[in-house]
This record gives sequence, C-alpha cells and structure tokens, in this order.
Amino acid sequence: MSTDNRLEGGLVDRSSSVRFSFDGASYTGFKGDTLASALLANGVRLMGRSFKYHRPRGPLTAGPEEPNALVELRGKNRREPNTRATTVELFDGLEADSQNRWPSLKFDALAINDLMPSLFAAGFYYKTFMWPKAFWEKLYEPLIRRAAGLGSLSGEPDPDVYDKGFLHCDMLVIGSGPAGLAAALAGGRAGARVILAEEDFIVGGRLNAESFSVDDKPGHEWARSVFDELSSMANVRILTRTAVIGAFDHGVYGALERLTDHLATAEPGKPRQVLWRIYAKRTVLCAGATERPIAFPNNDRPGIMLSGAIRSYVNRFATTPGKKVAIFTNNDDGLRTVTDLKAKGVEIAAVIDTRTDGPSIDNVTHFQGARVVDTKGRYGLQEITVEQANGKTCRIDCLALGVSGGWNPNVHLTCHQRGRPVWDESLAAFLPHGVPEGMQVAGAANGELSTAAAFATGARTAGEALEDLGFKATGGKLPQSEDDPVNISPFWYVEGKGRAWVDLQNDVTVKDIKLAHQEGYRSVEHLKRYTTLGMATDQGKTANITGLAVMAEATGKSIPETGTTIFRPPYSPVAIGAFAGRHRDMSFRPVRKTPSHKWAEEQGAVFVEAGQWLRAQWYPQSGETHWRESVDREVLATRKSVGICDVTTLGKIDIQGADATRFVNAVYCNAFAKLPVNKVRYGLMLREDGMVMDDGTTARLAEDHYVMTTTTANAGPVFRHLEFCRQCLWPELDVQLISTTEAWAQFAVAGPNSRGLLRKIVDRDFDLSNDAFPFMGCAEVTVCGGLRARLFRISFSGELAYEIAVPTRYGDALVRALMKAGEEFDVTPYGTEALGVMRIEKGHVTGNELNGTITALNLGMERMVSSKKDSIGTVLSRREGMNHGDALKLVGLRPVDASQAFAAGSHFMKRGDEASAANDQGYMTSVCFSPNLGHAIGLGFLKDGANRIGEVVRAVNPLQKQETEVEVVSPHFIDPEGERLRG
Amino acid sequence: MIIEHPLLGPRDAQEFTCLGDASLINRPDWQEDDAVNRFYEYLYLRDNPAGEHRELWYHEQGDRSWLVVTRNTVTHEILRVELAIDVARTARSKDRT
Repeated sequence: MSTDNRLEGGLVDRSSSVRFSFDGASYTGFKGDTLASALLANGVRLMGRSFKYHRPRGPLTAGPEEPNALVELRGKNRREPNTRATTVELFDGLEADSQNRWPSLKFDALAINDLMPSLFAAGFYYKTFMWPKAFWEKLYEPLIRRAAGLGSLSGEPDPDVYDKGFLHCDMLVIGSGPAGLAAALAGGRAGARVILAEEDFIVGGRLNAESFSVDDKPGHEWARSVFDELSSMANVRILTRTAVIGAFDHGVYGALERLTDHLATAEPGKPRQVLWRIYAKRTVLCAGATERPIAFPNNDRPGIMLSGAIRSYVNRFATTPGKKVAIFTNNDDGLRTVTDLKAKGVEIAAVIDTRTDGPSIDNVTHFQGARVVDTKGRYGLQEITVEQANGKTCRIDCLALGVSGGWNPNVHLTCHQRGRPVWDESLAAFLPHGVPEGMQVAGAANGELSTAAAFATGARTAGEALEDLGFKATGGKLPQSEDDPVNISPFWYVEGKGRAWVDLQNDVTVKDIKLAHQEGYRSVEHLKRYTTLGMATDQGKTANITGLAVMAEATGKSIPETGTTIFRPPYSPVAIGAFAGRHRDMSFRPVRKTPSHKWAEEQGAVFVEAGQWLRAQWYPQSGETHWRESVDREVLATRKSVGICDVTTLGKIDIQGADATRFVNAVYCNAFAKLPVNKVRYGLMLREDGMVMDDGTTARLAEDHYVMTTTTANAGPVFRHLEFCRQCLWPELDVQLISTTEAWAQFAVAGPNSRGLLRKIVDRDFDLSNDAFPFMGCAEVTVCGGLRARLFRISFSGELAYEIAVPTRYGDALVRALMKAGEEFDVTPYGTEALGVMRIEKGHVTGNELNGTITALNLGMERMVSSKKDSIGTVLSRREGMNHGDALKLVGLRPVDASQAFAAGSHFMKRGDEASAANDQGYMTSVCFSPNLGHAIGLGFLKDGANRIGEVVRAVNPLQKQETEVEVVSPHFIDPEGERLRG
Repeated sequence: MIIEHPLLGPRDAQEFTCLGDASLINRPDWQEDDAVNRFYEYLYLRDNPAGEHRELWYHEQGDRSWLVVTRNTVTHEILRVELAIDVARTARSKDRT
C-alpha cells in the first residue's frame, strides 16, 4: 500500500525522495513532506496511543497544534520525545517511533484502560488512589507514571549545543501568512528593520494549504515571490522554523529557532536551536487561526481530522488521508475541502452539515441539519453513522472524515501580559483584547478570516506602526484574493452514548466536563486542573474553546461569561536545553581560579568550590590515604613552624575619600573613627535589622584610604550594601568604593616562623620586628627587590601570622618565592580544611556562625556595638526580643568521651530531656577534629551559653541517629590569651 | 523588562538587582527618642501597592548605580528612572530646610 494516498501536485519535491522509518518499518517520502504527511501518503494512519486510555490515534491536524501524533525522534542520547509528527520535516534517514504503547503500537496491553472508562473519568487520580496511604509511593505512583504519560527521555546528557541570542528590530512580524507577508513587505519597503518569524519551514501560512489564487497566481507562488523580495532586502531578516513563544514586558519576545532539526546530521559545534530574545519597537501579530473540531461519539479514530488539515495534506503535501472522505461541518469553510478533494480526484463519501441553511453542493451525498453520531474502525476510520434531520440514521463507508467547527484566532501571544480575549458572536470565537503595549494584531488572529482581509489588515496595521516609528510607508496595491464571508452556526458537540472527545491529548470527554461541573467545579481554571483539559504539549489548542462551550452550557452561562483560562508562555513546547543554552556542565557558571591555582595543581592539591571560586582544600602527600591525614599534618606543621594559604578569595573593597573614615565608621557597628593609619581592626557589620551581615578586617593605609576585607561568600552582597549606603543613605559623603578582590593576590603566612620566612621576602629596609610592626599593623612595602606589596599582621589561625598581598599577576611568582624561602623552615602549604580547623581551634567565626539569624550578642560581641555613633543596625539591635537573658551565646564544645565525634547541625538537649523542639537548647555550627587536642571540637550557639561553661549537654542528631554528650567550654581552644599572635 | 538608565540608556532588567521600596532612602534619625520604633517602621512597614511604585534597582552587572525606578506593578510600565543618589540628595536637602 505504499504511496497509495499520494496525489498529484503539491509543494513536495518529487525529484528528491527521502527514506525514513517509523516503528522500524521503512518508508519513502519526499523533501517538503512532514513525517505525518509522508506516513499518510504511505497509508499509515495510526501514529500514537492516547494518554490515559491508550486509544489508537492518528493526526488531527497538519500543524503545530497537533494533540495526537506525538512520536519519538532519533535514538540514543539524541532521543526526543513528544515531537509532533505534523511539524517534523522529513529528512533522509529519519527514525521515528511511536510512544506510550507496549509492546507495539498496534497491540498495546494498556489499551485495557479503555474498557474501564469509569475508573479513569475526571479526577480519577484523586478519587481512586486515596487509600491506603502507604500505597501511594510504592504502588500507585510508579504504576500511574508507567501507564500514563507520553514519551520518555534517554536519561543521558544531550550531545547537542544550544545557543541564546539577542535581536533588535523596529518591527517584529509574527507569522508569515497573507497578513504577515503584507506587513513584512510594508515594513521592508519602508526601510524599517524587520524581523519576520515563521514557525513553519516555508513562508506562506494557509496560502500553502489552500487552492485559491492571489493576483492570478497560486497562493503559494505569490508567497514564494514575496519571500524572494524580502530576502533581497538588507533590512529584513526572515526566521523560518522559528516559533515566537512568548510576549514579555516592554516589547521583548522569546523565539525558538530550530536550526538543525531538519538535518540528518548537523555540522559539529553548530547549535541545534537558538533561543532568541527579540527587542521589538513594534510587533504585528499575524499568528493566524486554528481550526477546532466538533465533538461527537468516537470522534478520535485515526482518519478523523480537521477539515482544513485535510486541505493542507491535499494541496500542500499532495496526500489524502483516505481514498474516500466525508466532511462534517457547521460552517462554509469546511465545505472548501469538498471542492479541493474533488479537484484532486478524491471520492467524497458524504457531506454532513449541522446547518439547515448552509449552501447546497451538487453531485455529492449532502445531509443538511444532520450530525455524525458514531464511527467504526478499530485502528482507523471505516464507517460513520449519520443522524439526518428527519431523525433517521444511516451508515456511510469512508476512510477519513474532515471536521470543522469553525476557526479560533490564535490570540495566545496577545494574552501573555494578562490581556483577556473577548467573544465575538458572528465568528463564534474569541478575539484579542488588551494586547501588550507595542503589539498590534492583523489577519485571522484578529478575526479577519478572508485572505483579502488578511492582506488589507496586515498592510494597514504595519503602516500605522511604521508611521508611529517615523517611517514613510510606501503604500502600493494590495494583492487580490478571495474575500468570502464567514458563515458559521455554532455547534460544539453531538449528544450520544459513546464518548465524545474534547481534548484528544489528555483524553477528556464531554462527559468528563459535565461531571466536573456536577461535582462543583465552576471556574474554568479549576475545570482545567481537575479534568486536565488543555494541558500537556498542545496546551489544548484544538480543545479549549470547545471545552469552554460545554462548560458554559452546563453552568447555564454564556461563553464570554465563562471566559478562557489564562494563556501563558511558551506558545509551543521548548526543550529545556534551549533555555539552558551554553550554561551547562562546567559553563553553568563561571569558575574563578586563585592566583596560585596552577602552582597548587602542580602540588596535587584537591580543590573545593567556594562560591564561584576553586580553592585548594588540602595538599595530599605521597602515602596519605585519607584526607584527614593531610589536613592534620598541615595544621600541625603550621602551628609548629610555618604554613602558607591562598586567601585571595576574601572580598577586598578599596574605600577612599575625605569622608572615608566617617563611612567606615557608619557601616561597621564597632568604633573605627580613631583607627590610626597603618593599623588594622576587626570589623563587625550588621544589617539594619541588627543581625550580623558579615565580618572582616579593615586596614587604614592613609588618612583617606581604607582596605576592607569581607568573607569570600559575601564579597558581592557587602559591596552592593556599601554602594547602597553610599548612594542612597549618605550621598553627601565624599567617598568612593571599588572592588579590588581580583586586583590583589593575597597569602596568609602563619606560624611561629612566619616572621623569619617573610624577612627573606620583604625588602630589607622594612623593619619586621615585633616593636616596629606589631600585631594588627599594616604597611605598604616592597618585596623580592622592589615589587609593591601590602603587608598585614593579622591572624585567622591564632598563630603569629601575616597576610601579604601583591598585584595579582605576581601571585604565582610570590607563592613560589614564599615556598622557596620557606624551605629552611619546612614550610607547608595548607588548604581550606586546615584553615577551618585552625579557626575553630581559635574560636573565630565564619559563615557557619554568621547565618543571618545571629546578633552581636549571640557572638558575645555586644560590647563592640557602639551606642555613641550612628551605624547600620545599631538601633534595631537594641530591640527587647533580641536581648533577653536566655539568648543564644557562642560556646565551644568537646566530647565527654574524647573518642566520640559529633556533627555540625546537631541540636543541644539537657541531660534527661526528651529530644524535642520544645527542649531545644541551641545548635552546633562548626565541627572538626583538632589534631592539637586529639579529639573532636565544635562551636555552637547555646542558650545563655556564657554562663554554662562546664555543663554537660547532649548533641543530638536525629537524622543520623547520633547522640553525644558534650561539655560546654570556651570557644577559644588554643591560646585563649592570644600570646602567640602577639609574639 | 527594559530599564532606561539615566546615564547608560536602555538596559535589560537582567543586569539589575531589585531591592524594593525606595522609601529605604529615608532612613530615620538614630538620635530621636523613639528611634527603635521609627527604624522598625522604616524597615518593616512597607506599602505594597497594585499600581505605581517607587523601587530601588542596582545596576550590578553595569555601572553600580542605584536607581529609583517608578514602575506600575500591575502593567510593569516604567514611568520614570532616576539616579538614587540624586533622589537621596534632594531628600536630604529637604530634611535640612
């Protein structure tokens, strides 16, 4: 039966035949075919199984609105489910498979669902799988997930490349039917920058699907000639295979261009799809209209399709869905199919018109005031039953049935900014209303359903937009074409015994909608969610309005009173890959490397992500098999002699100006007004609500020059906050800020031998002695024979320590110089883990503690909050609720049994108390193993903790069923007097 | 969305970070007797109008200007864009008079 249904003519290229396969069987089609048209030409009508009942289905449409013919394309990691066969361009070697069936499309075991419709009626999930509760996760959900649903993903990474792009234009024309072409021509000829976006792979829209002429040429030839003219204009960009998927604020449109989907193999490295963001000064929406079916019992058999879709197949694709076709319509447009089929020599079985006053047609069996009440044919239509005006029924053999219930303007994009369409009685359709700023609608999308009206409104609308933009429209003669009136008498569904399908994709019937109404669902939004009407890949493009009409009837309201559900982007399905673009894998976000990264790699460092940064976590040495061995060694070696750590990632903010001191004093809660030049001070930064925002050290390099450091994670937020303070709160201050985090490579040099090491690095004229450069000193120095550097005597580890900064480009050289100079001291590079161990041993807080719920009081730093000055957060930190006696206080914790460990996040309970939220005493924030003490240590917040030193509480970790008795101790485990760092 | 930056012209909204109500510019005097209450109102009691709203936007991926954007929260229409530092200076000079 191959090529059985192929007709003469059409827009397929008969000189290039194309081989493809469907469910493993090989077929031949032509270039210019879609998968659906080629399958129909080969006599294949059955293309899929429905969502719930696994009913056999064939294509309903010939375009992007297709609910039924969803297939999986390609294979392996390129597998693409839920692709509409009606839009898939045929190419040589295309492999397609049907989906949602097992074991085969023809024999689907789950078609047994079809015998139990009562079980799967509206709301069936909610009603059926209520109990027992425990069955849901283990039995019901897996079962439903396997039975329902559409295609499946490969589960493998997508090998294709997706891109994002930005386009700007004066006028965006969406759709290239008669209205769109007229609009684009007007824009192009006036010299405006025009983008014409067309979802199809050729321009022309319905001009390609209809048989009537334009200016005495076939419509598609006229469209082709306009395409050629537009293509020759430098100011016009034509994007075919491009669906505009959303209308966003301020004239921004999203559009998906499919660049290689129609090719067997794409050029390597070229993007498969591009997600464009189009900035349009004006937009002319010429999205056309979508035909809607009439629902009647058993209206879902393969071979039953929209009347206009049959014209597309016949006229454009030279294919008939069957050798004998019947037509069922409530309007004149449906009758056009009869003429076109006859012109191609296809037999008309009968014409069934719901109207009694429709035009009569000669030489065919013609029933007026009649309706289709049943159909037969297991895997495709064989017969329809017609109930005539006089009540008699008759059966008619046919292999296809074209149904037309009228046309719905494609108002979707007009609604993306909350526009609500209005009902037009004469067209029995919703028309755009409240369209987005900058958008105008022309042609069928605006209810101008004749070709002549589309030309006229397309040209006129574009002309108005162009004039507004200051272009002079050239005018010109409008093309001549048919201008038939719309004659329609609304007819939504046929009453009857069998199931009449409204939403074919989601298997929603007329009865389901009535049932939902019976059960109390009145709003269309609720109806949608209860019945699933209008959901999934097609978003009810052929179903919604019919569904509304049924609902309106049930409620006794009019259709306009019932209203539509809200149309939201995207207009058509978009692969997640296109939204991600190049932002995937390692490109998901930028990676920042420290100046010593290359050197650390050479040392075999293990790296950890800290925000965007990659930092050395530890440096394993040969023989070390566990990370703890490396970390313990690094800690001990640093405390014994000297260690080096890259601390470049800490945020650095340069603050300069005559009022720099006032500014620093106002953003930190502690006093900074009297910080001398060449001194560093610890600063505690509060949010305005009194919670701690960040901490760090700030060095005063000159009277009017400070360098502030922030924690690594807060570098961005703190800078934003400081700019807010500078611009919005204290605009009168003479102060400027700049982030210099990337400008300086900075290393901590810590340990008793750090001074000795630095004496070999810092140029000799600078006196490093304790008297000349004491704890918390800072200076601008030169190193390695003249390189400018900054030296800070600050300590995070608790040891005698320095931080040394050089311009970033010298960071690699400096770390190598430091390591060389340190050889005599057995210098040890240490990573973030050892850094963390040493700061916990010293009781220094970091992000673990500064978690956004912590006040200065909680940290035991309440005396630092100055009441003598205005600074951010001081006023609200005085609030009563944040200052009660039972407030959390930072404490240290050690296990009663030194061999025991505990986890950060554990909550504290008193001995003997039940482990419950009511008995909560606080929580553990940081935990490590201290190699100096030989057991686990922790920091945490405990209610009234400062007064509970020596008490034993339980650290409870219910998630890991762990509980440890811990003793409350001072948070300063090492050198609490601070003698080392001052030494 | 597109924000008409007073210095840089039209910029895509994704270059900005939005903070919220521009009344944050009007920070109370810390020395008033009822300062705690004033700060509480300043920080927590904000209008949430359906309609015209003055908001603070930060051009984080740009020139780091804080802007006061007057936006209709219903339509997203942007009615006015000012440099926050100008707005703040005006507010401060009014305070003094």
